[in-house]
Amino acid sequence: MKDNDSAACMFSCPAPITTYAEVLLGHGSGGKLSAELMRDVFLPALRNPVLEKLDDQAIVEVNGTRLAFTTDSFVVKPLIFRGGDIGSLAVHGTINDLAMGGAIPLFLSAAYVIEEGLPIETLRRVVESMARAAREAGVQVVTGDTKVVERGKGDGLFINTSGVGLVREGLRLSAGQARPGDRILLSGTVGDHGIAIMAEREGLEFETPLQSDSAALHGLVARMLEASTAIRALRDPTRGGLSSTLNEIAASSKVGMMLEEDTIPIREEVRGACEMLGLDPLYVANEGKLVAIVAPEAAGGVLDAMRKHPLGAQAALIGTVTQAHPGVVAMRTAFGTTRVVDMLSGGQLPRIC
Amino acid sequence: MKYIDEYRDSKLARAATGELARVTTKPWVLMEICGGQTHTLMRYGIDELLPAGVEMVHGPGCPVCVTPLETVNKAIHIASMKDVTLVSYGDMLRVPGSDTDLLRVKASGCDVRIAYTPMEALKIARANPNRRVVFLGIGFETTAPANAMAVHQARREGLKNFSMLVSHVLVPPAIRLLLGSDGNRVQGFIAPGHVCAVMGCWQYEELARDYHVPIVVAGFEPLDLLRAILMLVKQLEEGRAEVENEYSRSVTCAGNRTAQELMERVFEVCDRKWRGVGSIPASGLRLRPEYADFDADKVFGLEEVTAQEPPECISAMVLQGRKKPTDCPAFGIRCTPENPLGAPMVSAEGACAAYYQYRRPLGVP
Repeated sequence: MKDNDSAACMFSCPAPITTYAEVLLGHGSGGKLSAELMRDVFLPALRNPVLEKLDDQAIVEVNGTRLAFTTDSFVVKPLIFRGGDIGSLAVHGTINDLAMGGAIPLFLSAAYVIEEGLPIETLRRVVESMARAAREAGVQVVTGDTKVVERGKGDGLFINTSGVGLVREGLRLSAGQARPGDRILLSGTVGDHGIAIMAEREGLEFETPLQSDSAALHGLVARMLEASTAIRALRDPTRGGLSSTLNEIAASSKVGMMLEEDTIPIREEVRGACEMLGLDPLYVANEGKLVAIVAPEAAGGVLDAMRKHPLGAQAALIGTVTQAHPGVVAMRTAFGTTRVVDMLSGGQLPRIC
Repeated sequence: MKYIDEYRDSKLARAATGELARVTTKPWVLMEICGGQTHTLMRYGIDELLPAGVEMVHGPGCPVCVTPLETVNKAIHIASMKDVTLVSYGDMLRVPGSDTDLLRVKASGCDVRIAYTPMEALKIARANPNRRVVFLGIGFETTAPANAMAVHQARREGLKNFSMLVSHVLVPPAIRLLLGSDGNRVQGFIAPGHVCAVMGCWQYEELARDYHVPIVVAGFEPLDLLRAILMLVKQLEEGRAEVENEYSRSVTCAGNRTAQELMERVFEVCDRKWRGVGSIPASGLRLRPEYADFDADKVFGLEEVTAQEPPECISAMVLQGRKKPTDCPAFGIRCTPENPLGAPMVSAEGACAAYYQYRRPLGVP
């Protein structure tokens, strides 16, 4: 905007700001603005029956074999953080998107967009970490690409990974399949990744023993599916946090949800940091957690199976799918009162006081 | 978590609501002044736990909400200039100005940064001597000492490229205005704990005496509020009108003298326009003339700027506790956090945002 334009606007009659002529950071927050971009820009142009399901992965059939296919870009800052780095994160994130479709992850691609001036040593560390993460998860990075952009045109390093996996026979998981009475299971504490990253950001540095929860979840998913196939949907609550993921499932399935506040596991360090920063842990990102919507009769067995796996040791039953208030996620507070758990509008903004 | 869990204990809450039900014999209208307290009420559903007849109305204590439209426009104007960095508390970025907001200005390529403290802006100014760095210094008595410290420090260091757009507001004059207005229904006040941590309780003694109204200084946890409501109802039932301190773990009667002295040295009291309310005499703080070199209003020649509020927004009534957010025909329809008509729908402390976020009727997504 030019200086004289904004000076002129000071004297004009104000009108509500209803349309976005430019992309804001909030459009990438995984909340309502991201959903608007999807609805208004991407879907109209690219619509097809697979895409419009808006699941974290596409399930496509090729010669009778059902494949899961997904892609994800990683733009984290700092590149190396407590509990991981952009390399391991890029492997875990894409594996998890495949795993949430009930697929066994097989092959990944990795594309690097590197800003001129990035120390080779940093790049080497990230690539080695990526290799380690892939090895541990039993997947192979089979193709890739490298681009370098001018200094100032990137943020050190961006990585895109795509992945292909084999969907287990007969299994159909989708965010649109939640039914009233289903139970909502969460695999562990929420907010660890987001707070660990924030603690290392410029201008916000604070001391915390907290580590990112970045992890590949396909092993946990395998144990859960062995326990029962009455799992309707799996999602990993990454950016936008638990609340955005639950709101998405509630919207796709046209059901409501009732959570019990006391049952949602949150680490003391995360609670403390959120109190200090004025954030709500339910909106903070995770990179190694999943939400499962499970038929009521199977919930106990699936929960037991989750707790036996190291990545699900703190798994909990956090609520129930309801027929009432479709599209709305509500929560019973510790005080016995009820409140709405809304989808995040833009990014969470730090408060004044 | 220590010092938090004790104040969120549901058993203690039930005990407090039980006692409240026993002592309440008449209907009472109470106001929590601070927006942080409004959010706690909504988030924990405290109002659902109150005896019928005890009604909470929400006060003007959301610093982001009452910051006048002119200040938002000025900030947008400054941010849009070449070689300027505007630094702000995060929740000011989404507040609509007359035709845009700081988030969009940032997206268009202007240098707008979020900080938790004004000292961060000083750091940016020191590191970028070729840029003019402006801090958007808003808020109540809570943020004033830190803002005063930043300006004081800038002058001591002789920083030439730092200034502050100051739009501070003071709580007591706004309460006085409410109590003196014809339509006032409020019979007791919950005073803002963090403002009182700085200023002490003594300013509220005068108000309690002049208007024979009980005032309880309270914190921001659900039990703080339940106890404060209980203390107010007891006073009202017994015909007392005193200042009591529920938040003694943070607030003393004298307040923080060092902070008060610093504010006194850097700021002077002035008339101030409140968004949605209008001008209130002696209700604001501005930089003293000896700090004119750090006054963004003067540095950028913006003193004469004025602006008009959107006509449909009833924030004036909401901020004075005369209407509830849900009384507004635009609430949740034409006014949402994505497309706010007024600041109370934007801020983390705004009453409209609190209702929208926690209380939208279940069944209306």
